[in-house]
Amino acid sequence: MKREIGGGRPIAELENIHLSFGGLQALQDVSVAVKPRERLAIIGPNGAGKSSLFNIISGIYTPSSGTIRHKGEVRPSRMRPYEVARLGIARTFQNIALFSGMTALDNIMTGRNSLMRRGVLGEALQLPWARRQEIEHRRRAEEIIDFLEIPSVRRTPVGELPYGMQKRVELGRALAAEPELLLLDEPMAGMNLEEKEDMCRFILDVNEIHGTTLILVEHDMGVVMDISDRVAVFDYGRKIADSAPDDVRRDQAVIDAYLGTAHEH
Amino acid sequence: MFYRETGQYKTTYAADRAIFPIRQDRVAMAILLMIAFVAIPLVANEYWLRSVLTPVLVFSLAAIGLNILTGYTGQLSLGTAAFMAVGAFAAYNLEVRVPEVPFLVSFVVAGLAAAGVGILFGLPSLRIKGFYLAVATLAAQFFIEWLFTHVPWFTNYSTSGVITAPPMTLLGFSFESAESRYLLTLCIVVVMAVMAKNMVRSELGRAWMAVRDMDIAAEAIGINLMKTKLTAFAVSSFYCGVAGALWAYVYLGTVEPQAFDVLRSFEILFMVIIGGLGSILGSFLGAGFIVLLPIFIANASGVFGDALSAETIAHLEFVIFGGLIIVFLVVEPLGLARLWQIVKEKLRLWPFPY
Repeated sequence: MKREIGGGRPIAELENIHLSFGGLQALQDVSVAVKPRERLAIIGPNGAGKSSLFNIISGIYTPSSGTIRHKGEVRPSRMRPYEVARLGIARTFQNIALFSGMTALDNIMTGRNSLMRRGVLGEALQLPWARRQEIEHRRRAEEIIDFLEIPSVRRTPVGELPYGMQKRVELGRALAAEPELLLLDEPMAGMNLEEKEDMCRFILDVNEIHGTTLILVEHDMGVVMDISDRVAVFDYGRKIADSAPDDVRRDQAVIDAYLGTAHEH
Repeated sequence: MFYRETGQYKTTYAADRAIFPIRQDRVAMAILLMIAFVAIPLVANEYWLRSVLTPVLVFSLAAIGLNILTGYTGQLSLGTAAFMAVGAFAAYNLEVRVPEVPFLVSFVVAGLAAAGVGILFGLPSLRIKGFYLAVATLAAQFFIEWLFTHVPWFTNYSTSGVITAPPMTLLGFSFESAESRYLLTLCIVVVMAVMAKNMVRSELGRAWMAVRDMDIAAEAIGINLMKTKLTAFAVSSFYCGVAGALWAYVYLGTVEPQAFDVLRSFEILFMVIIGGLGSILGSFLGAGFIVLLPIFIANASGVFGDALSAETIAHLEFVIFGGLIIVFLVVEPLGLARLWQIVKEKLRLWPFPY
């Protein structure tokens, strides 16, 4: 079945982005766009600027120059990460960044915080709205827990969970915010084959059922070629290729910079 | 054997998020409240009510306040006593200048004043963390103590710099006896403790803990760090402010600014650390431990009769006290609340742990 990738306006669009730290050019003149429902993979060697690109989209870094558009509208040049999150952009981190003192359930519930109402007195007194709100959002959090197949660990502090489970909880926390655009920073890193297969299944389901647009940074070429609609390749802060997986695989510049060739013996 | 959740099914999310989801806990809590509200006022003598139990409760409230800020939100503060002072002096000044105001209202105003000051001194937390923030709150501690000592308006031009709390009356009833003061404090502290528990198990508490555990991820998931941190400062200072007003009105009756010096801040920080960071129950345990331990040591050393001089006993008290704190922190760095939790987990399986 051919998936319908939304035409027209990209959900996120970066134009001529430059980013430098002191004298180091982390990103040079990078333009990249992602359409609704699309699965875009970003690959490249270490230090190519992949994570910097994520940090720019999620508002953690401010680019030195260039514009970012969200659904066609230019974003203010300085946006706090929480404001970006409220546009419907969620992310995971390369080195898992969970709230280690909290349970898996509370981590996922925290993902819904931006959808919840804040009222100090109401929450302190557990007024009816506060109680109702907790229960409503708990129901949604439980749906995510079921979807990710982690009900048995919901009461466990995430610091005690094994690595693969932590990765799932982190994905759950991002999903809980009901994002339109999901940024996944190396979702398969450090996983064994079964865990990768599970994670791929979750990611594809999210994309196909909820229509969530995905950008993922990933080093596992098998995964990248299998699940992405389009691959953007970065090297030394520049984008050197951006097309369908099969074209990228044959691109000589990409082979030289990243993929390499099988040596003839 | 008796502490089991077997057969207690939670069929709604409302039941699952109850403060005490297990029946045995609810029964134990009801018994504890009965003892605190009925048995203790009947049995305890004047000394225990006035000089031991009332300060334990007041300290518990201040410890809850600090725990919200340091234990739940991860913002280290050394200005707790200063926020208590703000509460005490705000309540006093309101009563002196507008005598018609009922004292309960002035307690709320005390909390609100402390919350305002807390927000002001919480502003540095938006830029700095950890030890640097602790130093910034230390500035609050010294500045506020200096302000109340050197600006005579705050003490209503009292020559000694000491304020005397006006008598507390409510609907014609005067809170004079030790029992009535203890019960008043108990009511306020229980209500505020329940409110604190409600906050930390709701959206607000999760935001606080998210900021504590990983602030970058918290912000990336949509939590406004500035608002969340300042709310923590405000709520925390509110609790400290009410505790300060209780200290002045209910416990001592007269207060000088030096009663709220930096040593008091450290004392409350010790209570939070020993009781358990990030635990409402721990705030009570820590306050009880720090107030009661010296009394027990003093009584215990009485066993030796005249063999020890009063001076030796006083020094011994410090030595044992300090030693016990170190032992506690080494054995269980997460405090008494964690110990209690471990006991409960063991009890669930006892006597068949396999």
